[in-house]
Amino acid sequence: MTGTAASRVAVDSQRTDLVVAAAAVAAIGAWLWAFLATDRVGVLATLLAVAAVAFVLAQRAAPRYRRALTARPRVATSLVVLVVCAVAAALRDQSYPLLMLCTVLLFVVACVGLDIQIGHCGIVNFAGAAFFGTGAYTAAVLAARGVPHLAVIAAGGVVAALVGSLLILPVLRTRGYYAALVTIAFGILFSTFLEVNDALGGPQGLKLHGIDLFGWKLNRDVTLGGSTASFYVNYFVLSLALAVAAFVFARRVERSWLGLAFDAVRLDEIAAATFGIGVARAKIVAFTLGNLLCGIAGAVYAMMQGFIAPNNFTFGESLILVSIVILGGIGNPLGILPAALIIVVVPQKLQFIQEYRFLLYGVLVVLILLFRPEGLLPRRIREYFPGSAA
Amino acid sequence: MDAGVLAQYVFNGVMLGVIYAMVAVGFTLFFGVLDVIQFAHGDVVMAGAFVGLATYLALHALGIAAPAVVVLVVACAAGLGMALLGAVIARWLILPLRAAPAFNTLLVTLMLGSILRELVRLFYPNGSNPQPFPRLLPAASANLGHFTLRLDTTLLIVTGLVTIVIVNLVVRRTRLGLAIRAVAQDSETARVMGIDFERVVLVTFAIGSALAGFAGVVYGLYYNEVNFDIGLLLGVIGFSAAVVGGLGSIYGAILGGFLFAALQTIGSVALPVSSAYNNVFAFAVVIVLMTWKPTGLIAEPASERV
Repeated sequence: MTGTAASRVAVDSQRTDLVVAAAAVAAIGAWLWAFLATDRVGVLATLLAVAAVAFVLAQRAAPRYRRALTARPRVATSLVVLVVCAVAAALRDQSYPLLMLCTVLLFVVACVGLDIQIGHCGIVNFAGAAFFGTGAYTAAVLAARGVPHLAVIAAGGVVAALVGSLLILPVLRTRGYYAALVTIAFGILFSTFLEVNDALGGPQGLKLHGIDLFGWKLNRDVTLGGSTASFYVNYFVLSLALAVAAFVFARRVERSWLGLAFDAVRLDEIAAATFGIGVARAKIVAFTLGNLLCGIAGAVYAMMQGFIAPNNFTFGESLILVSIVILGGIGNPLGILPAALIIVVVPQKLQFIQEYRFLLYGVLVVLILLFRPEGLLPRRIREYFPGSAA
Repeated sequence: MDAGVLAQYVFNGVMLGVIYAMVAVGFTLFFGVLDVIQFAHGDVVMAGAFVGLATYLALHALGIAAPAVVVLVVACAAGLGMALLGAVIARWLILPLRAAPAFNTLLVTLMLGSILRELVRLFYPNGSNPQPFPRLLPAASANLGHFTLRLDTTLLIVTGLVTIVIVNLVVRRTRLGLAIRAVAQDSETARVMGIDFERVVLVTFAIGSALAGFAGVVYGLYYNEVNFDIGLLLGVIGFSAAVVGGLGSIYGAILGGFLFAALQTIGSVALPVSSAYNNVFAFAVVIVLMTWKPTGLIAEPASERV
């Protein structure tokens, strides 16, 4: 029975591919742990050099193994979650790296939201930080009034979506750069408003207390089996849960009729309308969902940081969110995590070159875009049967 | 309100409008030839101001003090320097990204803007603090009631307007302008007609950026202070002005520039709240205007082909 033998060989090779891919993800995790844990200049520089060499060497082989992962989204997701958890566990008593990891995960949530808008439905949004900030400020105001924290987090998302609905009409009527201007104007308006406003703390910002979910106080250090871990482990668990939920949600939306409508609207509005797709409805849904995610992430971020100020939510921050989406590969939520790690963590860890880090970071992003214009992990063509196009 | 005070606000608003229009014309020119937004344009303005300042200091060190010569050399250095920078940006950053999604150009130029900002902050002596810009123009002024007509500001307004008019004439009346307009209308047909596409793009970027360099010097002479971070807001305002006016139209950019200055002035004078809200007001009106006229006040003369 040559047919079965051939298919068995194919299955075997797929399995080896998967193992290699899993090993690669684990290696990236180990690298990440080393990078986050150390502060020594020599080690950091070596690690960056290793990453650059590995990236160049892996160029040829990468697509094959990436396919092995994308063909099994569940395996891939659990693998990534497992590795991220392992990294966090290895860092359990170091607060600062954990805080960075949590920030990355919350940025992932916000960027998954932006990705639904930009990558799927084609709505440019340069006001991501404004919606993130709306969530954060909502959390600050509501938490100070004693609202239960789960409701606060939800309210952050809802208020961001409501504020976003103010922009629905201009966003629906404009396209391309004109639509970009609407969101840029809103982003600047928002941060200027926070600066000059007295009721919301002005430039001094607002203070918040840690999250308390039904008695689970997230600002209390964790003691497990005699060893104590930083309280940021709590926030890590919460942010990871949110990030996974956002990711699964985005995947579900993508594979639903709604996601198909989004794709059609992005690719050609007129053709989509001809086929009876409600262009306005698709855009409203995508825009609102994206802002909702940004707001939720912002609310958690505010309570985790314990302090928010207008310059956390400037136009520059919106650009960082958009850079993450583009660098990851527009429309592919899988790429957001590595991109967020690069954009959030690398400048933080490059403290040793102090002054020059933003310069280098700008040069780095420009180079990535010049030589890899489609982003780190480009979105693949829609597959109806996972693995069929492998 | 007193007529003199009102006139003063209008006068200052016109000055701002000239600067914004100079920046906006660059955005609109670039958009015309390549359909891209060069988001580092605001930082090119800043770089122009700093090149002007450095030239002034160099002249000062050489002992050349005749104000007319100094102003001329400073303005020419800023203009030429930025023209070169603009052409380099177009050649090495924007043309290579022609095939990539428009988003990437946006992001690359935004990043370039922060690179320019950081370069000035790090490598200009004491660059992280505001730098005093010399007063090079005659400081005479006439008082008419509450209205002070300053000679230097008047000169700046006139010079700014003249430069914009010259650029407009170049685009409308010369062979080069014809080539620019041809590329803007349809770059493929223009190429078939024997127009050197790349050269036209580079020249257009040089012209727009030179204008930005002048705008930087005008800014410095008006405020008598420049800082490394003035570019971000100037860029966004110039972009808003170009878009509100209608991308691709020089008149639209001029209209948009003055409109934005008017909105800022109204926001800081006529609103019942604190004048700090002037940018909030201006950008809110911009959003409303975009809703009302989704392709700008002077719309692009294009219909969608299906």
